[in-house]
Amino acid sequence: MKVWKYGDDINTDMLFPGKYTYTCATAEEVKPHLLEDLDSEFAGEVSAGDILMAGTNFGCGSSREQPVLGLKAVGISAVIAKSFARIFYRAAINQGLVLVEAPDAVDAYKDGDELVLDVEGGSMTVGGKAFTFPALPPEILAIRDAGGLLNYARAKLEAGTK
Amino acid sequence: MGMTFAQKVLARAAGLDSVVPGQIVAVKPDHLLTHDNTAAIIGKIGDELDKYGVVRKDMPIIVLDHVTPAANEKTATGHANIRKFVAAHGLPNFYDVGTGVCHQVVVEKGHALPGKILVGSDSHTCSYGAVNAFSTGIDRTEAAALLLVGETWFRVPPTIRVTLKGEFKPGVSAKDLILTIIGDISAGGATYQAVEFHGNVGALTIEDRLVVANMGIEMGGKIAVFPFDATTEVYLTSIGADRSSYEPVWADADAEYIRELSYNLSEIVPVVALPHKVDNVKPVSEVEGMEINQALLGTCTNGRLSDLRAAAAILDGKTVSPKVRLLVLPASREVLEAALADGTIATLVRAGGVLLPVGCGPCLGAHQGVLAPGERCLSTANRNFKGRMGCKDAEIVLASPETVAVSAISGVITDPRKVA
Repeated sequence: MKVWKYGDDINTDMLFPGKYTYTCATAEEVKPHLLEDLDSEFAGEVSAGDILMAGTNFGCGSSREQPVLGLKAVGISAVIAKSFARIFYRAAINQGLVLVEAPDAVDAYKDGDELVLDVEGGSMTVGGKAFTFPALPPEILAIRDAGGLLNYARAKLEAGTK
Repeated sequence: MGMTFAQKVLARAAGLDSVVPGQIVAVKPDHLLTHDNTAAIIGKIGDELDKYGVVRKDMPIIVLDHVTPAANEKTATGHANIRKFVAAHGLPNFYDVGTGVCHQVVVEKGHALPGKILVGSDSHTCSYGAVNAFSTGIDRTEAAALLLVGETWFRVPPTIRVTLKGEFKPGVSAKDLILTIIGDISAGGATYQAVEFHGNVGALTIEDRLVVANMGIEMGGKIAVFPFDATTEVYLTSIGADRSSYEPVWADADAEYIRELSYNLSEIVPVVALPHKVDNVKPVSEVEGMEINQALLGTCTNGRLSDLRAAAAILDGKTVSPKVRLLVLPASREVLEAALADGTIATLVRAGGVLLPVGCGPCLGAHQGVLAPGERCLSTANRNFKGRMGCKDAEIVLASPETVAVSAISGVITDPRKVA
């Protein structure tokens, strides 16, 4: 498991260049361009279970959801950041991508540290030091637990409760 | 304790007497905006649309603007699929290629009204705070779910209050104000938060307010909103929106804010946002002389009649530097018609400007003005991210229409107060 660490204000153009926004929509089309203008090694070397770590305002900029689709598709198990931009945050909930807001843990992480993450328990250890983070509200967990927003909406429609 | 604008709008929409920041509420937005990305959105829910249809036919607003006219077979096919979807479901609020950039069209056509809630699968949906609407961006998956169920959730945001005083000096405009604010509080300074503008908002026209609200997302804001006043009412009446068709909302005098900022408009100076972050803001006077290869006048931020006129007043009788390509991108057909009628377009084209089709143009790097490695574009758009205009080795500098016009003549970044 590798931790890919980046800085503050990682924007959606860095995560997935805008010039591909209207020609790449599926996860398979998105994958080769992930982080293309930020880290040219990422798309080729990332593997399932890896963690992406960043500073403040991760995912700022456009509302495009290809970054979320792509990170989920390559198997990123969680994005741990000091803070997230709100559209990215919603998109991640809606796709079931795990986001963890834990500024102290990001500050503590040094290259090569062992990182153990317990999403359900709201805790992690970074290089042996323990950190906690708040659980998501129940309304939001319901969307994630349904397997993302579309499944949640489908269930509502089938139950006739729209 | 009183409530902020966001608290009052969300409480009303959720059928609650009051809500507090942090609370999660379920609301049915009045409108959902989607654009060229409608093709990808409906692609996620083909079976469900066949089975259940669109939940409320007057809710979606679909504007083709991002890659228009289509640049290739793939984008053309996306547009064709959207037209079929609109026809099959009988959706009334569809605006095809050539109507304009979505954030101008939504306002011009009277869909954004005071007190209404609009969401859109575009980050600059926050623009409609200019006319006292609650509006914010969402992702494509959420847009797909909204087409089917018509309801979503919001976390009630805490609010920053920005109080304005005074009036702009010549050569300074709304773009300089919002870039200054973003530079002060940073690109993430309002993340998860609402931003309300108070004080001498009468000094700002509706077009000025659209510039400011449009860039709310560039400081992370959920919404950026102005009060309803005489300026708003005159504008809405001019586009045929009757006063009885909306119910304005504004914050209580004793609402609680998490941060207070104050700006005297007379102290704002022309500024730019240097590469590659919108909060990398510097006074124009500190970067004068920086060479530019392209100048972009337009987009959903600064493509309105007053923007084009401000640039035309500077370019009248002058010629764009032979080292610079000036691209002119009116925000909508209505803007273009007005700018044709009063001679603004003739002035800009005579000076050397290249008139682009109305829409998003080169702002997102898909076509019509992509940059080459090593080039620099001075732009009135809202984003200067690395790679934004199609090339990661190019630079984008953001500025007002006045700064762009003056600099297009000289070929280097120039302070517009020199000609104001």
